[in-house]
Amino acid sequence: MNWSEFWNMGGYGFYVWFSYGTFFLVLGLGLIMPMLKRRSLETELREQWAVTKRRKRES
Amino acid sequence: MNKLTLWFHKLGSPEYFYRFAGRWAPWAGWSFALLTVIGLYLGMFKAPPDYQQGESYRIIFIHVPSAWMSMFIYVAMSAAGFVGLVWRIKVAEIMAMASAPIGAAFTLVTLVTGAFWGKPMWGAYWVWDARLTSELILLFIYLGIIGLYQAIEDRRTAARAASLLALVGLVNIPIIHFSVEWWTTLHQGSTVNLMGESSMHPSMLWPLLIMAVATKLYYVMNVLQRARNMILELESNKSWAKTVLQPAEASR
Amino acid sequence: MQGHSLATAAFALLSRDLRLAFRRRGEALSPILFLLMVATLFPLGLSPDPEQLAAIAPGVIWVAALLSSLLALNQMFHADLRDGTLEQLIISPWPLPVMALVKVLAHWIISGLPLTVVAPVLGLGYGLDGATVKIMFWSLLLGTPTLSFIGAIGVALSVGLHRGGMFLALLVLPLFVPVLIFATAGISASAEGFAVGSHLYLLGALLALAVSTAPFAIAAGLRISIS
Repeated sequence: MNWSEFWNMGGYGFYVWFSYGTFFLVLGLGLIMPMLKRRSLETELREQWAVTKRRKRES
Repeated sequence: MNKLTLWFHKLGSPEYFYRFAGRWAPWAGWSFALLTVIGLYLGMFKAPPDYQQGESYRIIFIHVPSAWMSMFIYVAMSAAGFVGLVWRIKVAEIMAMASAPIGAAFTLVTLVTGAFWGKPMWGAYWVWDARLTSELILLFIYLGIIGLYQAIEDRRTAARAASLLALVGLVNIPIIHFSVEWWTTLHQGSTVNLMGESSMHPSMLWPLLIMAVATKLYYVMNVLQRARNMILELESNKSWAKTVLQPAEASR
Repeated sequence: MQGHSLATAAFALLSRDLRLAFRRRGEALSPILFLLMVATLFPLGLSPDPEQLAAIAPGVIWVAALLSSLLALNQMFHADLRDGTLEQLIISPWPLPVMALVKVLAHWIISGLPLTVVAPVLGLGYGLDGATVKIMFWSLLLGTPTLSFIGAIGVALSVGLHRGGMFLALLVLPLFVPVLIFATAGISASAEGFAVGSHLYLLGALLALAVSTAPFAIAAGLRISIS
């Protein structure tokens, strides 16, 4: 089996690969968004704690 | 108390759950990746073309598992929401709300892949078929739940309200499905049957089943990942959260 | 509270709601006007051809009725939330689901009942025959209370929100689907001369389900929102 035949999918290539593209795009986004969120949350919380700590020390 | 119930009670503690999720999410994620590679290899290279639909049927290996997940996640979300509403368990509320976006994502994938399967098979991206229509309504219900959760200020109130909406939807989904099915039989002849009458050949069935398990593992990974974020956000003023994020400073 | 039974309390609440609505007649009438407007726009937008109008009449009139009952829903708990009545209801000794049932009933009498009366008249304007208009009346009589019950769950959950209007549509419209399907299918079946019993029975079954379960969901929703 050669590769161009595989990508062509018997003439249905566009439909098949678009479907698979959507599947992996949506699942990939679903994976990456919480990771980004986690990162921003970490920095945000660290800053927040640093501020409260400083305030405590000052008072 | 026996071991299992004890473990269950422990899971209700946000701190324990956070650590538990952090331990298991990567395992689920890597198993998902492995099974997807195996399943799609079998589906794309080993399974023969369908005698009626040719190569286009290979969309089935993602379309059908996604459709199963769209319903499976809804039930899981409602169950978690029920537990959260009745016993007021924070972790259950969070699990329910972490599930909603994943369920919506799978519903969207089901609709899009269905459209791209329908075009070569039925000649149209969209037909008002019973299954398509009820899947679309399911997407709307998911969006309603997510929207309600986002709209309410207080996170716990939001989770409880959205969980209640999910339960109302759970009662309604079978009715909606039945009514839509009834509606299509009234308005049009039977549409092309996607699966065909004959049972599937094992060479096609195995990749399908493997992908069904893989998508479940993706859900497990994703829901734990999202739940961890939500727990951290909700418990940010607790001491354990500080220990988790900055171990050195907390010990000082 | 001595000497007061649940029935007295329920009746007092009902008559209070009806009297309040009667004092603000203009507000209560706006959903009806909306229905009339929408029903007028469709022939203008499509064509005055009677046959075509008769074919789309069940769908158009029912969708217009559904949207106008959605419009009316917005007013359901808002005034009560603002003046504190809702909190009083929640802390009162009477079971909240019963009170919710009464509130929905009052709301239906104010908004759903006029729709039920007016919409079939519109059906005549769309060229439907007498028997079909009668079926339309029955479908509205059985269907609009269900819409009120389902809608009330959505209102209960979103009552505290600022931009509730559009949002409520997103919550409840998907749940309205079965009512719309059974009702319009029944009217179409009648127009084509088929038996309509099963359609109306199914609408009745939905109503029975809504009456028996929705009050509990509404009560739970109110308790969550008002806390």
